Amino acid sequence: MRRQLVDARRRPGPMKLRGDAPLARVCAAVILTALALGATAAEKPFKAPRTSDGQPDLQGYWTNNTVVPLQRPAAYADRAQLTEAEARERLDKALEPSETEAGTDADVHYQLTDYGLDITQRKMNLDTRTAAIVDPPDGKLPAPLPTAAAKAKERADYTRAHQYDSAQTLNLSVRCIVWPHQGPPIMPTGYNSNLEIYQSPGYVTIITEMMPDARIVPLDGRPHLPGGVKQWLGDSRGHWDGNTLVIETTNYTGRTQVPGTPAGLLLTPDARVTEYLERTGADTLHYRFTVEDKNLWDRSWTAEYPLVRIDGMRFEYACQEGNYGLANTLSGARVKEREAAAQGTTPRDPVPPPRR
Amino acid sequence: MAHSARPIRAPFRIIRRRVALLVAFCALAIGAAAQAQSPKPVVAKRTASGKPDISGIWQAMSAASFNIEDHAATFGPVAALGAQGAVPPGFGVVKGQIPYLPAALSQRDENYKNRLTADPEVKCYRPGVPRATYMPQPFQILQTDGDILIAYQYANALRTVFMKDRGEAPIDSWMGWSNGHWEGDVLVVDVTGQIGQSWLDRAGNFATASLHVVERYIPQGSDHLWYEATLEDPAVFSRPWTISLPLYRHVEPNPQLLEFKCEEFAEELLYGHLAKKPEGANAPPAR
Repeated sequence: MRRQLVDARRRPGPMKLRGDAPLARVCAAVILTALALGATAAEKPFKAPRTSDGQPDLQGYWTNNTVVPLQRPAAYADRAQLTEAEARERLDKALEPSETEAGTDADVHYQLTDYGLDITQRKMNLDTRTAAIVDPPDGKLPAPLPTAAAKAKERADYTRAHQYDSAQTLNLSVRCIVWPHQGPPIMPTGYNSNLEIYQSPGYVTIITEMMPDARIVPLDGRPHLPGGVKQWLGDSRGHWDGNTLVIETTNYTGRTQVPGTPAGLLLTPDARVTEYLERTGADTLHYRFTVEDKNLWDRSWTAEYPLVRIDGMRFEYACQEGNYGLANTLSGARVKEREAAAQGTTPRDPVPPPRR
Repeated sequence: MAHSARPIRAPFRIIRRRVALLVAFCALAIGAAAQAQSPKPVVAKRTASGKPDISGIWQAMSAASFNIEDHAATFGPVAALGAQGAVPPGFGVVKGQIPYLPAALSQRDENYKNRLTADPEVKCYRPGVPRATYMPQPFQILQTDGDILIAYQYANALRTVFMKDRGEAPIDSWMGWSNGHWEGDVLVVDVTGQIGQSWLDRAGNFATASLHVVERYIPQGSDHLWYEATLEDPAVFSRPWTISLPLYRHVEPNPQLLEFKCEEFAEELLYGHLAKKPEGANAPPAR
């Protein structure tokens, strides 16, 4: 869907207004409602209803939209929480319309707000925390091991220099293979931070709207897939610990990355991600995850954020079928090269890297 | 009955009754004929609410993915693949031939000629319905007393079968818009809103965006489902027609759909011509 719309949204004009002020006000109202719901939930423990086979019911459509960054910004180095006024200010700032600079990728990109894709158009949990990471307690990712950091830099440098060489050198989401926020761990993303949870006897199925891969998690205690079978989304096994759904994922490909971690730092096949999902209210879920990868970090790290119920439905995000962007990107890079060759220069960076 | 006092009405009443009897007889005969083709449901297991439990991992054992009509073994489109790329023979899952309109039949033949680049499967596009059912890969039915999810291993395709009628599709999609209901022990799924670019097999059989599919999942004991799909599309077919095939349960321990995220397998085909050529590759040959 995303790429199919690109051509339709090309607009003339040097500058475009991003966002929409009346809309932002509506969103703020929605968010404050969500905040109120969250506060109520915190006061008395919520007893989740049960599915017909007795599982705590996590079903429905949810969003993990947030303005809380993964890592704590330097400005709040000594603070885990903002005051409510500061949190509102941070939110207002995130909802403010911004302008794009003429001639940049962002300026010629279609307007997300026109398609309900903008982060401000969905419900959002306002939480007052300064970072999603809760462990380490400073809200920062642990420093990667030196060998891992060096390898990551090498990969990132290569990607910067060669990403437009071919489809195979572009990033996985542009290639419609897997989006980084699909995880696991599932992370908020710039738009379409929507997911569906479906529970049937013996399984919990999690589907991120973008991309709609059904992560079908068996709850019967079966062993993980053999080590020879690696998967983009890993291999997930779940069990209930009281009211908390615990999902452990292994068998990663070694080609994916947790969004927000340093460029090129790919999870290795030894990685293990543990997710914890708990219903905290009629319209809220709590999501926490721990990432362990002995090849990347000498300790695990944990982050958490709330999910808020949204109205369905989930639409089919047919990425590959509408991926005109990939062909256009590559042919654009080839045009730049031909132009440079005609002028006897070498294009150092054929196309500026997209901001993500 | 004031009218019964008027004798002139009596013969009409008799005629009406006879017509009604005839209609009832015809309806029964048609119903019996339909039932002769469709096996009766045999339910091995039921859900908590008493519906047949058809959850599980299923797969067709058929050459329908190559050609839904009767076909002999033949050459595949890529000589380099040798016998590995040949088309295995198969009984058709459609009785007789597909009732194409003349122009549509020509289009099918054209599709066949261009299948190496035109078949959506080659490009890793979602297969649509009913093709998804008999792809040579398993699919999983996840079932609750509410909606039913069907997840296909091929291309990670997915669809929700809404068990409370949601009316028309809000927008066309590759896997369509599925409204389901139980007719006795048969799950009947009405599928519309498909995007109209899907094929029905590797032989170029196809339909358009006006395709209306009615699927019937008929339980046949614990490890089999009988699958039927009636296809109606006035843009390409002269009448509705039906495919019919058995589906088999994966009975091995801990069966699981695995990832077949095929996008990268299609990249060289789709985008290879746009890749940067090695230094000098575009230079004119030396004289």
